[in-house]
Amino acid sequence: MPHPPAVRATGLVKTYGTSTVVDGIDFEIHPGEFVGFLGPNGAGKSTTMRMIGSVTRRSGGDLAVLGLDPSTDGPAVRSRLGVCPQDDLLDIELSSLQNLTTYARYFGISRTESRSRALELLDYMSLSDRAQDRVASLSGGMRRRLTIARALVNRPDVVLLDEPTTGLDPQARHLVWERLYALRDSGTTVVLTTHFMDEAEQLCDRLLVVDKGTVVASGAPRELIDRYASSEVVEVRLTHGRPAEWAARLDGLGERTEVLPDRVLVYAQDGDAVAAALERLGLDVSSVLVRRSSLEDVFLRLTGRALVEA
Amino acid sequence: MTQTPVADDQRSATRAAATVRYPALALTERNVVFFRSGGAYWWLALVGLAEATAYLLGMGWGVGSLVGPVTLPDGTSVPYAAFVAPALLATAAMDTALAESVVSFFGKLRFARIYVPILNTPLRPMDVAVGELVWTLARVLLFAVSFVAVMLTLGLVRPSAVPLVLPACLLVGLAFGAVGMVVATALRSWQDFDLVGAVQFTLFMFSGTFVPVSTYPGWLQWVVELSPLYHGIELVRPLALGTASAATLGHAAVLVAVAGVGFVLAARRMHRTMYS
Repeated sequence: MPHPPAVRATGLVKTYGTSTVVDGIDFEIHPGEFVGFLGPNGAGKSTTMRMIGSVTRRSGGDLAVLGLDPSTDGPAVRSRLGVCPQDDLLDIELSSLQNLTTYARYFGISRTESRSRALELLDYMSLSDRAQDRVASLSGGMRRRLTIARALVNRPDVVLLDEPTTGLDPQARHLVWERLYALRDSGTTVVLTTHFMDEAEQLCDRLLVVDKGTVVASGAPRELIDRYASSEVVEVRLTHGRPAEWAARLDGLGERTEVLPDRVLVYAQDGDAVAAALERLGLDVSSVLVRRSSLEDVFLRLTGRALVEA
Repeated sequence: MTQTPVADDQRSATRAAATVRYPALALTERNVVFFRSGGAYWWLALVGLAEATAYLLGMGWGVGSLVGPVTLPDGTSVPYAAFVAPALLATAAMDTALAESVVSFFGKLRFARIYVPILNTPLRPMDVAVGELVWTLARVLLFAVSFVAVMLTLGLVRPSAVPLVLPACLLVGLAFGAVGMVVATALRSWQDFDLVGAVQFTLFMFSGTFVPVSTYPGWLQWVVELSPLYHGIELVRPLALGTASAATLGHAAVLVAVAGVGFVLAARRMHRTMYS
């Protein structure tokens, strides 16, 4: 029997009053894929996740999750999903272990099975020594790991992670990533949202770049870079004047330029050639950096602004 | 080293979409887990018992020694302590139900926000409402049992009346539990609890708790009819005193209606606040 898509959205729309948060997006997520929704805050990522998770009703279009319609088969859909919400929302009145066992019970899992799965997951997330501790005493990274453990307690077919590493320090972040790699290798279908380029690039098989409620591009991270950005970028800073004033003098050096508040990006196949040509122009350059193109450049190209605004 | 504890294809293929048989009870169970692990709740139960004893001794024997026996509408005369005890019991059922359904529920809904991740499971807002209501009833029963035990000890109720008095307390708890949830979904902040407290106290004072309603002026009797606690007291008191009549059944029917309307409203409001 061929596998139907894990999630299929066609012309998916969500409106709140007069504002349209998700504006007719189409996508398919296949079993075993690790897919990322990449976009700035307010792009409609979380709302899309909530519609897939069948806790927000769609306003238009079609949506099928594991072959079911979330608006009519909510409980059946949710019984096969694992959800890790953005703000943890662990049960602060309970211990780590109780958080997992009570959550398992909501899925109708027997008491003994709940307990054995909870212990197994605590071990997997390196939280065994905190099993009896109240959630309030856990660090941010531990709480996030516990939240991911909670999302796995029903052995879901699809895992939804809403910004799994937002607000974590670099160490905690890497520990979470390590677990997400393992999840990917286990063949579970994972959908995550993020506004971190490195997260998207390293973890995801495929990305859906969203902006203002629509999908502006999709593909494997490297594919997107090849398609939307040249292979190299030269970052130019001058000693004097705002980039907007002198950017025009760099025209023709590369394939395309992008003007940012503090620097100008020159896209080219050969960055060193651009740097050499720049030297011949005799500008009072303060720094020149040649690097490979990244997803950030793709996003800049597609939306005309940086993804993470300072 | 570590195996990923996630479904492989084999397992997910053989496993049909799990159906939870009693989803609401899983939520009740969560409260039981907390109840059993937190010491604070046991203190609450002890304080409740002490409060019951103090009320019964103070109001029943203290005030009772001043006012003497009370003559009921049907002509029977009972000691004041026996007259006031069932009313205090019904009030205690109301207080317990409101403590759970307004205060605890509001805290879980707005502050701990525990229902948000719960709705990512097969549970629906309706299941949350039922589960919390079942829990509220369990608390009411626990409190009522200890209260009735004190009444039995003081000879304020006959043992044969207990099997009817306890279910009557549950009905009072059900009505106030349902109404309390509606109130909790409407509250904006902790400040609003002052208002809830004021209403609760007014009901306590003017629901025929301390004197037969027949001694009130006519217009006030009409106002008292609007108090669900009045119907609760008029249900519990005759059952405890062995003077139940057809009118008692009428009061029970009012409570059933209040519980029904309250529950429908609560479920609807929860559905709206939880699924946006």
